[in-house]
Amino acid sequence: MPNITYAQALNEALREEMKVDPRVFLMGEDIGHHGGIFRVTKDLIDEFGAERVRDTPISESGFVGIGIGAAMAGLRPVVELLFMDFALVAADQIVNQAAKLRYMSGGTVSIPMVVRAQQGGGRGNGAQHSQSFETWFAQVPGLIVVAPSTPADAKGLLKSSIRAGNPVIFIEHKLLYNTKGDVPEGEYSIPIGKAEIKRDGRDITIVSYSRALLFALEAAETLAQRGIEAEVIDLRTIEPLDMDTILESVKGTGRLLVVHEAHSNCGLGAEIIARVYEQAPDRLIMPPRRLGAKHVPIPVAEALEDAVLPQPSDIVNIVEAMF
Amino acid sequence: MPLTPERLQDAYRQMLVIRRFEETIRSLYQQGKIRGSFHPCVGQEATAVGGCWALRKDDYLTCTYRGHGQAIAKGLSVRAAMAEMLGKATGCSKGKGGSMHFTDPSVGLLGANAIVAGGVPHAAGAALASQLQKKDNVAIAYFGEGAVNQGVFLESLNLAVLWKLPLILVCENNLYSEMSPSHETTSVVETYKRAAGFGFESMRIDGNDIEAVYNAVEQAVARARAGGGPTYIEAMTYRLWGHMIGDPEIYRTKEEVAQARENEPIVRCGRRLLELGYTADDLARLDGEAESVIADALQFADSSPVPQPADAFTDVFI
Repeated sequence: MPNITYAQALNEALREEMKVDPRVFLMGEDIGHHGGIFRVTKDLIDEFGAERVRDTPISESGFVGIGIGAAMAGLRPVVELLFMDFALVAADQIVNQAAKLRYMSGGTVSIPMVVRAQQGGGRGNGAQHSQSFETWFAQVPGLIVVAPSTPADAKGLLKSSIRAGNPVIFIEHKLLYNTKGDVPEGEYSIPIGKAEIKRDGRDITIVSYSRALLFALEAAETLAQRGIEAEVIDLRTIEPLDMDTILESVKGTGRLLVVHEAHSNCGLGAEIIARVYEQAPDRLIMPPRRLGAKHVPIPVAEALEDAVLPQPSDIVNIVEAMF
Repeated sequence: MPLTPERLQDAYRQMLVIRRFEETIRSLYQQGKIRGSFHPCVGQEATAVGGCWALRKDDYLTCTYRGHGQAIAKGLSVRAAMAEMLGKATGCSKGKGGSMHFTDPSVGLLGANAIVAGGVPHAAGAALASQLQKKDNVAIAYFGEGAVNQGVFLESLNLAVLWKLPLILVCENNLYSEMSPSHETTSVVETYKRAAGFGFESMRIDGNDIEAVYNAVEQAVARARAGGGPTYIEAMTYRLWGHMIGDPEIYRTKEEVAQARENEPIVRCGRRLLELGYTADDLARLDGEAESVIADALQFADSSPVPQPADAFTDVFI
């Protein structure tokens, strides 16, 4: 299997979908000859032309809204936002429009649109370029939210997202683009709504996704050296949530930790823990834990940012305290 | 196709259907039979019919919560519209959208929108889809002059000209943005001048003159179909009723409204038909036909079933 980066995997997914489906086109800032600031759309303009790889002005509401209209008129736009933080500039179009138009029309229109963006911190981009918004979007009925952590998942999930026929918020992470992984050759896709166990273990279930998933795997190695075998679940899709995989794992381990880079307050950790208690209260042998960013904006200096965002060592410390 | 006397007669009847629709809705609303808000388009029927009748069925339309007239003029079934107002399962949105979200893609209606200017980029997007697919459909977006201070509106203007989209923007300038006179909220109230600043072919017309509206939109459509890009039409009109039912209308005098009634589009179109040789009896007959359309729609809506609670959980995703 070819070993390629997360950015290359996304690029392959876009290229393949554009080849097989003439309805697919791309919009975003600097995605044409520049190839996108993270190179995800590199060289696509040469193959598909400027009409289908469409540079936009810095005008997120406008071009997300245009994506919605084009989708209603039968195309399959994939809209790139430079940073997920800028989704708030287009919040009306995403939340009030894309998520609801199908429902409000009684199912007579559909919005087959993907909004891609990278999010998260870890490289000192500051409080307006480092946020994680998956929970915001997951709170809105009508949006699918995915957040792959590996190149193979990124490619397979982007293909599924483009084909979904519904609005999808496709969450990348700025520090995942250069990570490498094996990606299957040939046609494949990863189903939306299916988590994957990335590491087997019997002692505790760690649920995570996106870059924090890599931290969870790193922590699991450390824990293994100390005699604790963690099962690490990669959610891959945030909404709809694959509770079956989580419940099945917790049945075996009895312990649960949810780790995400998004702020802990009112976050996905709270949601998952609540659902586990609602759906299988007898499976936990001790109170579950969650780990997310502390409740301040994301600072720039490394020492400050590291203090705010979850680190692999934080995961190790929490898990050890659960034994 | 020009607006011949015969089509003008049909357009007059269509305007009356819209007028009677809104009057009926007001009455039902006051009887407590309609939920939510209702923003009537009474007085703005010429912009709706004149503009939408210059389009083909497969051209796209987005409009606003004051868009009942445009939706009906574009071809939305009056029965489905009435049923939607009454929250019936046979409504155009099965009771999920209501007054502010009339949608029917089978006639090109991609949706009325309850966010001011929210639907303008959708029309631009539909126009882009047409352009990318090398089709000749155009898209038209209706909005009020209250929309011109929204960011997404200005962003859409830029993109429409930049990409030379087959798009017609029709600003219904009815002088009031919700409950405020527009000159108190807008730096340049001649909104077509703003559009010109973005590079639009733009104009201001008498929006209560259905022939003027039809001709302006028809020319804009021809230009857009031929690849000539977007047009901005500011149609001056007047909202004869308030922003919504329950608006105390403290921002204007009764005299102003009374004066506007002499210049309203249906009265004017009637005068024009008389000039063209139609008789007062002809006009009364057309009104009677419009009344029948409404009576039929009301009967249909009244006898339609309400949705089942389980229906609340469908139509979120495909």
